[in-house]
Amino acid sequence: MSESIVQGMAPPSPEAVEAAWRRVQLARHPQRPRTLDLIPRIFDDFLEMHGDRSFRDDAAIVGGPALLEGRAVMVIGHQKGNDTESNIFRNFGSPHPEGFRKAQRLMRLADKLGMPLITFLDTAGAFPGPAAEERGQAEAIASSIKLMTGLQVPIVVVILGEGGSGGALAIGVGDAVLALENAVYSVISPEGCAAILWRSPEAAPAAAAAMRMTAAEQLELGVIDTVIDEPGEGAHADHAATAKAVKRAVLAALGRVSQLDTEALLTTRYARLRGIGLVRETEAARWARPEAPSLRRRIGRLLGLPGIPRRPRWSEIWPSGEDGGDRDEGGA
Amino acid sequence: MPIKFPFSRRAAPTDAWTMCPDCESQIFNRQLERNLRVCPTCGHHFRMSVGERIDLLLDEGSFVERDAGLESGDPLGFHDQKPYPDRLEASRIKTGLRDAAVWGTGRIDGQVVAIGLFDFRFMGGSMGSVVGEKIARCFEAALTERIPAIVVSASGGARMQEGTLSLLQLAKTTAPLTRLDAAGVPFISVLTDPTTGGVLASFASLGDLIVAEPKALIGFAGARVASGTVGEELPEGFQTAEFLLEHGFVDQVVPRAELRTVLSRALRLLPVAPVEDGWQAGGEARGWGPIGVLSGIAERFGDAVSERIGIDVEPAPGRAPEAPDEEHR
Repeated sequence: MSESIVQGMAPPSPEAVEAAWRRVQLARHPQRPRTLDLIPRIFDDFLEMHGDRSFRDDAAIVGGPALLEGRAVMVIGHQKGNDTESNIFRNFGSPHPEGFRKAQRLMRLADKLGMPLITFLDTAGAFPGPAAEERGQAEAIASSIKLMTGLQVPIVVVILGEGGSGGALAIGVGDAVLALENAVYSVISPEGCAAILWRSPEAAPAAAAAMRMTAAEQLELGVIDTVIDEPGEGAHADHAATAKAVKRAVLAALGRVSQLDTEALLTTRYARLRGIGLVRETEAARWARPEAPSLRRRIGRLLGLPGIPRRPRWSEIWPSGEDGGDRDEGGA
Repeated sequence: MPIKFPFSRRAAPTDAWTMCPDCESQIFNRQLERNLRVCPTCGHHFRMSVGERIDLLLDEGSFVERDAGLESGDPLGFHDQKPYPDRLEASRIKTGLRDAAVWGTGRIDGQVVAIGLFDFRFMGGSMGSVVGEKIARCFEAALTERIPAIVVSASGGARMQEGTLSLLQLAKTTAPLTRLDAAGVPFISVLTDPTTGGVLASFASLGDLIVAEPKALIGFAGARVASGTVGEELPEGFQTAEFLLEHGFVDQVVPRAELRTVLSRALRLLPVAPVEDGWQAGGEARGWGPIGVLSGIAERFGDAVSERIGIDVEPAPGRAPEAPDEEHR
């Protein structure tokens, strides 16, 4: 019945599950190059800016203007740590709302000065704790996404490690979206997906495979445009070579999207976002009504005869069931 | 007080009664329906189906569903314990809906709106490609027809079974809002129990006016995601409509019985920007014209916006913003 974009309708084989999980672990490798590892190797100068001008600075997101081959660009990225201490300082790369609001501030500045925006994605997701809720995590992500859809400058997005859900997308709406070979991109962490759909965190590898979250699969789905090859065993083995590959890919992508004038850029970005997803247009006007009116009723209603019940209300067509809904099938 | 059934058990099936999860009183189902699915004892708001929402909010007989035939595919070939198409089919049979949202046009006290509505019973109201498409089309219709947009949300978030395609629906549904800003068309977001995850982290948080139903669960991270990821239980009272009101993310908490009246007033108080005075007038001086994002983005978008999205750029002389109402009446 239903078509798949990615090859292979059957549940992923044990080998595929293992391969997907290996990618997830590579994407989370403690020695994997982070945003601040790559910036000095890609850009000639970088002036880090701090703070959202409202609450505080969030170390899980870094950013500021930089020079790329002599041209001023704005750089924003998630920042994980590489040991326990730095990870605590960086909150493991999971931003609070103020991180996204800092990013928005830098995006507006890029827009104001006409600087291309380059973002680096590497987060397990936006931080889900009480403080984040209190300060409007959802609103911060939403307004960040909205701002990116309307920026008048080219945006190049690079997924370095984990592209985790809304916290990644909040700085991940781009005209070109690239990903390192062992990067992953998903709607929810495999652990979260496993907890909800499998009711067991041990199912995380199976969830990772089912979500088709590897860079190669994301390319097939049309979510990303380019996969950047990693050196040797992976990016963690050679930061310098990784930076070189990322720089080359960013320059190529920037060259491509910079050819568009502002109007075409925004039209193309809009069309790209609007086209994402698999939607089938079927002929059916409506799902079968529970009770089709009898001929007598239909004629009676038409002629306004007495004793004919009125047209069904929408609540009779789509009534509430006995249950309030199945929370388990919810979303992320 | 023990409930005394006036009839034998067989004559009074148990599903004729519903127990209120808040005050534990037994409510006769017909009474619950008559009371807009609000507990008469404690005011607990039960969830509503899209059909009940339409009857609650819109003028009788005014709702016309659009894009009713849109259906989900299975882009990832997703299997957890059940294949995704089986889950879809089960939800279709359970709800009579094709997916978790419907959209169309209707009237509230004669005022025409484009309205999208979620049904939580369909896979937790989760947003996949089809739901995202419907919400985006709802906003685009609001834009081209210059009528206010309303979305009544009830959703667990993005639909995991469609992977990142669901994640990208956050951007797909949010992008048209930038254009609504430029065109001066208002968007009202209604948050009902529950609105969480990706739906809250996109258009639902971006209403020009945001209202929520009392005690509705509204938050970014579902409790299970939060405690699973952070290893920390969220305190009581977090993620409710009242909590969001207190912290400044919701404009009003509105009891269900007043929701329609509040929306009707809001439509009068937040009208679509008049076209004559609007953004295509360019740099010309204007008295009550829209400002801010409108003048900023729209001027830079220029005429391109109108061509792409088909806004009528020829200002009809003397045409009031409510003009579309007249046509629909």
